[in-house]
Amino acid sequence: MARMAGRRLLLAVPVLAVVTFGVFAIAAASPFDPAKAYAGSAGLGAGQDVFDQLRENLGADRPFVARWWDWVTSAVTGDLGDSSTLRQPVADVIGERIGWSVLLCAVAFALAVTVGTALGVLAARRRGGLLDRIVTSLSYTLEAAPPFWLGLLAIWFFALKLGALPAGGLTDTGSDVATAGQVASHVVLPAVVLAVSQLPWFVLYVRQGVGDALEEDPVRGARARGLRERTVLLGHALRSGLLPVLTLVGSRVPELITGALLVETVFSWPGIAAATVQAATSVDFPLLAALTVLATAAVLVGNLLSDLLYGLADPRVGFDG
Amino acid sequence: MTARSIRGVAATAMAAVLTAGAAACSTPGGGDGGSDGAKGGKDSLVVGLANEPETLSPLLGYGKDGNSKIFDGLLRRDAAMKLQPALAAELPKITDDGRTYTYKLRTGVKFSDGKPFSAKDVVFTYRTILDEKTNNAAKGELDAIDRVTADGDDTVVFTLKYPYAPFAERTVLPIAPEHAAKGQDVNSGSFNTRPIGTGPYVLTGWSKGEKLSFKANPGYWGGEPKIKKLTMAIIKDDDIRATRLRTGDLDGAILPPNLVKGFKGDKSKRTVTARTTDFRGVTLPTANKVTGDVAVRRALDLAVDREAMVDKLLEGAGKAGYGPVPTDSEWFAKGTERRHDLDKAKKLLDDAGWTPGDEGIREKDGQPAKFTLWFPAGDKLRQEHALAFASDAKKAGIKAEVQSGTWEVIEPRMKNDAVLAGGGNPADPDFDLYNLLHSSLALDGFNNMAAYDNPDVDKALEDGRRSGDKGARKAAYDKVQRDLAADPGYVFLTHVDHLYVMNDGWQGLTTQVEPHDHGLGAGPWWNVEDWQPKK
Repeated sequence: MARMAGRRLLLAVPVLAVVTFGVFAIAAASPFDPAKAYAGSAGLGAGQDVFDQLRENLGADRPFVARWWDWVTSAVTGDLGDSSTLRQPVADVIGERIGWSVLLCAVAFALAVTVGTALGVLAARRRGGLLDRIVTSLSYTLEAAPPFWLGLLAIWFFALKLGALPAGGLTDTGSDVATAGQVASHVVLPAVVLAVSQLPWFVLYVRQGVGDALEEDPVRGARARGLRERTVLLGHALRSGLLPVLTLVGSRVPELITGALLVETVFSWPGIAAATVQAATSVDFPLLAALTVLATAAVLVGNLLSDLLYGLADPRVGFDG
Repeated sequence: MTARSIRGVAATAMAAVLTAGAAACSTPGGGDGGSDGAKGGKDSLVVGLANEPETLSPLLGYGKDGNSKIFDGLLRRDAAMKLQPALAAELPKITDDGRTYTYKLRTGVKFSDGKPFSAKDVVFTYRTILDEKTNNAAKGELDAIDRVTADGDDTVVFTLKYPYAPFAERTVLPIAPEHAAKGQDVNSGSFNTRPIGTGPYVLTGWSKGEKLSFKANPGYWGGEPKIKKLTMAIIKDDDIRATRLRTGDLDGAILPPNLVKGFKGDKSKRTVTARTTDFRGVTLPTANKVTGDVAVRRALDLAVDREAMVDKLLEGAGKAGYGPVPTDSEWFAKGTERRHDLDKAKKLLDDAGWTPGDEGIREKDGQPAKFTLWFPAGDKLRQEHALAFASDAKKAGIKAEVQSGTWEVIEPRMKNDAVLAGGGNPADPDFDLYNLLHSSLALDGFNNMAAYDNPDVDKALEDGRRSGDKGARKAAYDKVQRDLAADPGYVFLTHVDHLYVMNDGWQGLTTQVEPHDHGLGAGPWWNVEDWQPKK
């Protein structure tokens, strides 16, 4: 098992190198001009010499391969460089924001897994029943709904119409300190929207897995022994039905990150997402590269984790990935 | 390793991660301010803005037009836009035919960290901005400076490359402390997010994309402000800003005219209208065969119905614009207003040989009277102006094809295609007129986007910026505006008022004449440090 983890970590190095190289290449090919993006509104009154100077200072004219190599060599020594758009070292940008993104994603993911499993089991119990049909069709509908649309809908309904929950931000506008109560009330809407956008996958997988397991011999055996339906459902069917969900946990990480990107933007949540969008549109190479590495690493770790868990849960599968 | 022990390790690790996450929970750039909200009382103010500064360092351009809250300039502008001394003890002495500006500094001023302010801070600020390694996009505004030197602790001397009459207007630029900002990377150092200044407020927190928080500076040389706590919330969406104002989350906000109407019946709120020099206009590129023709230019200038645009697009919150200088400015050349006159426009085109052709579009020597008009994607106000302009032009037989794009798309096409431009700086007519009209700046970045080239105008612009005599300057700028009316290289359309809705709890609220770029320093709270609660 340790060998598998080690091998995966080794493999991550070339993967990260290729991904960052690709990001640099795509950013270099994009039509956005780093100097104009940097200048912002002040640039709309600036002359050509100012732009030329900015471009030179930002190193925007150098080929992207050289910029990528510089970035890699200094990143290895721990220097992630400076973000040109945020006028801050990249390490500071990430340090300030990542905690909030992790909080949002963790709450949303936990919510999606628990609620998704519960609904999936309920739906699987009577396949074709009323509850199953409602849950399944709702899942397909939600799967088609983009998270930002769900976010705007939630703001419109809960913040504007009902006035029950704050529309955005981390705390009330007049308050500077992030008390637990403030954050708790502000995290509800974004986390629920993010969870809802991830929910359908878990519901459908669990429903399928548990439904199939209910048809299998062990379950039939358990029923024949006269065990209670509850024990049969949770002890036997759910246990084997959850196996595919473990794989899902790993493969949902990229979707979760993309979803968080949109949700954070809609709710002005001070996480990594706003910085990512800004970094991309202003060709802020150092910030973009660091954030890409983070996202890639999250995906790789997610996959590793789900493989490990699968191996632990199902002894038939070995640790030889 | 058994499965059970691994589960235990995983659970412990998970718990550790969650605890660490919770422990790291302070707001980004978190601060130490109190926590009373918008309704917290008369000594706090929460306002909603649409735009956020990229940096809070004056060295990179923050607060260059004054009212930066955290900092002071050598000079500042009062409600009537007249220059007054701030960190300078008096207005500058101008010698050497307008090429030497000498500022005597106020003594006893301290930065908010307790260290004294002196001439070396002024020299440091200006030299750093002009340094070519400093990424300040607005440094072109200080082009006139040849050198800046300290003469003792309390005198600063600017020597200019050429006599430049409006130079003093540039010295509202905020002064950064050398001891705090030196020795770190000016482009990315911590001073950008944790600034220290001499100003009426001290930054207590900046959560990017969300808000900036300030508290009153008890040691402010102008006296501690009555408003002790100031929060500027950044809310890009107009509707959400209006909603948060209505729910009491905000005390005041900038809003577009259609949303301001919703507050008309609310007795507890008042609407404050700021006059501006914020213009919208269409560039008429000189290189284009259609828009380069003086007859077409004059016809377009007469064919546009500016009053209708003010009524329909701005809902009355604005004025017809005939040039960068608004009609209510002391610098406006009286008599250069052009009335909407479609018949005269048609006659001008007929006389110049532009005869009606297919589908009502005129032609001359096989050249159809049509051109492309760009507006920056997502700017609704410019889009509406562009469409209104195109529809008015169509009535005169000229087709403007309206297209949208990002500035990256538009900029390379500006030589031949028209752009719906915006801008305006109220401090001095030189700032807009020279950059928009002088031929030496044709298509230089975003200066003179129409490549306007008129030797008489060039000459008058140079006279206007060099002469230290106000009467001579007024005459020069009158000539510029009259020549521009005779050969309009741009069709100026409107000047847009900026509207603010405020809780009615303070007396004597005013606004300055506002520029196109209106950030933290604009709005009724431009002088929040002087506000008094209503009795």
